Amino acid sequence: MHSRMATEGLRENETLASLKSEAESLKGKLEEERAKLHDVELHQVAERVEALGQFVMKTRRTLKGHGNKVLCMDWCKDKRRIVSSSQDGKVIVWDSFTTNKEHAVTMPCTWVMACAYAPSGCAIACGGLDNKCSVYPLTFEKNENMAAKKKSVAMHTNYLSACSFTNSDMQILTASGDGTCALWDVESGQLLQSFHGHGADVLCLDLAPSETGNTFVSGGCDKKAMVWDMRSGQCIQSFETHDSDINSVRYYPSGDAFASGSDDATCRLYDLRADREVAIYSKESIIFGASSVDFSLSGRLLFAGYNDYTINVWDVLKGSRVSILFGHENRVSTLRVSPDGTAFCSGSWDHTLRIWA
Amino acid sequence: MTVTRLDQGQRYRPRMAFLKKIEALMMEMQSPDTGIKTQTQTVMVASIPHAVTGNDILQWILQRLQITSEEALHLGDLFVKYGYIYPLQEPKNLTLKADGSLYRFQTPYFWPVQGWAADDTDYAIYLAKKNIKRKGILEEYEKEHYNMLNQKINYKWDFVIMQAKEQYKAGKERKKEDRYALDCQERAYWLVNRTPPGMQDVLEYGVDRVTDPNENKKNTMEAYRREIMYYQQAIGKTRVKSSVSLGGLVKYSEQFLSNDPILSGCLPSNPWITDDPEFWDLNAKLVEVPTRMRVERWAFNFSELIRDPKGRQNFQLFLKKEFSGENLSFWEACEDLKYGDQSKVKEKAEEIYKLFLAPGARRWINIDGTTMGITVKGLKHPHRYVLDAAQTHIYMLMKK
Repeated sequence: MHSRMATEGLRENETLASLKSEAESLKGKLEEERAKLHDVELHQVAERVEALGQFVMKTRRTLKGHGNKVLCMDWCKDKRRIVSSSQDGKVIVWDSFTTNKEHAVTMPCTWVMACAYAPSGCAIACGGLDNKCSVYPLTFEKNENMAAKKKSVAMHTNYLSACSFTNSDMQILTASGDGTCALWDVESGQLLQSFHGHGADVLCLDLAPSETGNTFVSGGCDKKAMVWDMRSGQCIQSFETHDSDINSVRYYPSGDAFASGSDDATCRLYDLRADREVAIYSKESIIFGASSVDFSLSGRLLFAGYNDYTINVWDVLKGSRVSILFGHENRVSTLRVSPDGTAFCSGSWDHTLRIWA
Repeated sequence: MTVTRLDQGQRYRPRMAFLKKIEALMMEMQSPDTGIKTQTQTVMVASIPHAVTGNDILQWILQRLQITSEEALHLGDLFVKYGYIYPLQEPKNLTLKADGSLYRFQTPYFWPVQGWAADDTDYAIYLAKKNIKRKGILEEYEKEHYNMLNQKINYKWDFVIMQAKEQYKAGKERKKEDRYALDCQERAYWLVNRTPPGMQDVLEYGVDRVTDPNENKKNTMEAYRREIMYYQQAIGKTRVKSSVSLGGLVKYSEQFLSNDPILSGCLPSNPWITDDPEFWDLNAKLVEVPTRMRVERWAFNFSELIRDPKGRQNFQLFLKKEFSGENLSFWEACEDLKYGDQSKVKEKAEEIYKLFLAPGARRWINIDGTTMGITVKGLKHPHRYVLDAAQTHIYMLMKK
């Protein structure tokens, strides 16, 4: 009995080692295949593109009201309302054009790291250290009690880092510190699909903009950006070129590429059809991690918020930095461009949100 | 019955990869050839060696990184806030002043470390030492910390006091300059690691990671098998030449440049800049007359047309004229099935079949035999993606 167990153990080790080396050699082969069709660099193709003119953006609104670090925000489709969440558990809905607070709810947990606006504008979703994603309908009753109508939708085994509604109010996609992403039915709370593959905490996700596409991209502490098929739960593309955690991922507006922001102080662009990284946005003077990224409407500009309190604006095609925006007094933790591209909003650990245009 | 506490992970502190990069710059800044020239300066009654001015630091950063003075000042200020450089004249004010104010480089022993936080025991010893030096010298917040630590690590207290006395004695035997320097270094270190109220705690990094990125993961055979499957699938994937796909990205951005309000402005004005919301009124979802810019976008590609509710509305009218309005209605019904209320999937699928797909249906849509076959079969066990094949077929049809 003892000798049989010993040989089985040996066989297992051999197989484990051979699987590992097989995986590694395949990884090398994939890099080779990817390199074969790489015939030109992005900045070369962009040489014929006109340079951008003078660029001026200022803070047009400052939203004050959170009592602690702002961790996340999202725009409403009406192009002016936003939802924001903070470390002290407060979630606030603002009409950022007038700076009025329209709704507020206090979550039963701290560090509400994720929040999202429903496409209809009638609900918001949020979660964090409670490991859940909850949906709150928004009403316009005089003495609204948001907490009473709360619906718990997602349940993870560790903190919720990101959430997003799909094309309707009925489904939510979540990312978690437990290393997985998941798709949920809001009404029943049922898990529709789960996505396994990240080797560490998943920190961010973004849904592909296309109508016919059913994919999304996620980024994690394993330095990988992974593209998923929402139907099958399979990972269809994976990129591992960052040196540190990926804090933010966002699709290029055409859906054919996506950008990432990482703790290694770089932002990168990945082309999905060419299946490779095609640009790195970095500077020797940019030392602190990028926490959040988003594209302008045409995709020409990439706005990135950093942990050194600044926002850098990059020319996506030419690879150069167009501008640096000062103003926040602590880390920029979240950044989104408005749905019609007229402005972007940044949230910071300095307790405020700013609208820039 | 035991109560298990959820372990949120107290491992490797995240979001601090920048510390190593600052360290590299600090080494350069102090290098005898390429660094800042230091001098001995007199502060109060002591003459302090290796001092530099705020302006020196600013100029060095400016030259070295080729950035504007605004950027250089901002970056230099962060170096001071993180405790790599400390001020001599206003020790509690951790900011970089671009003038003759004096600073010194912090000794590497006291640099912030990503791997662990400053130790409570060390802090207790520091406070006890301060107390021994001159009773009543501790600030309010320091007294609070001291009392709290006394309770928290009470079992070590004899050790703490003994260490404090030892260090105090050793200090007295040093030269005045050395003692002053060490005092400054220590004080700067604790300002950063035990922030006084009202000051920003720069070492706060947020929520701990769950998995340790340094941990050598023992991958299971299952995980390797999954990886191998992924790589095999990925290697066989069709790829596009970079020149083609990058060309596509460039073309998209050029096409939408004039529609990008941040780059090209918008008419009549950007509401955020002029406080006038007219732009939004003119572009309301189902406005009577869509703007020219908006209509132009519909011509870019089919996706733009169908995504815009006004575009869809116009398209619906066009289709009605061509007697193919049911195609769009079918497409919309499929979207509803996919993204709508999941509990009603079965009913919705049946309704759609009766209305669009069944032979002799009121709004029968024209799809090829194969697709119809697959769809009808799938409808026996309906799920939200059952109509995908049919929907794609109709989408392509409408595109033409």
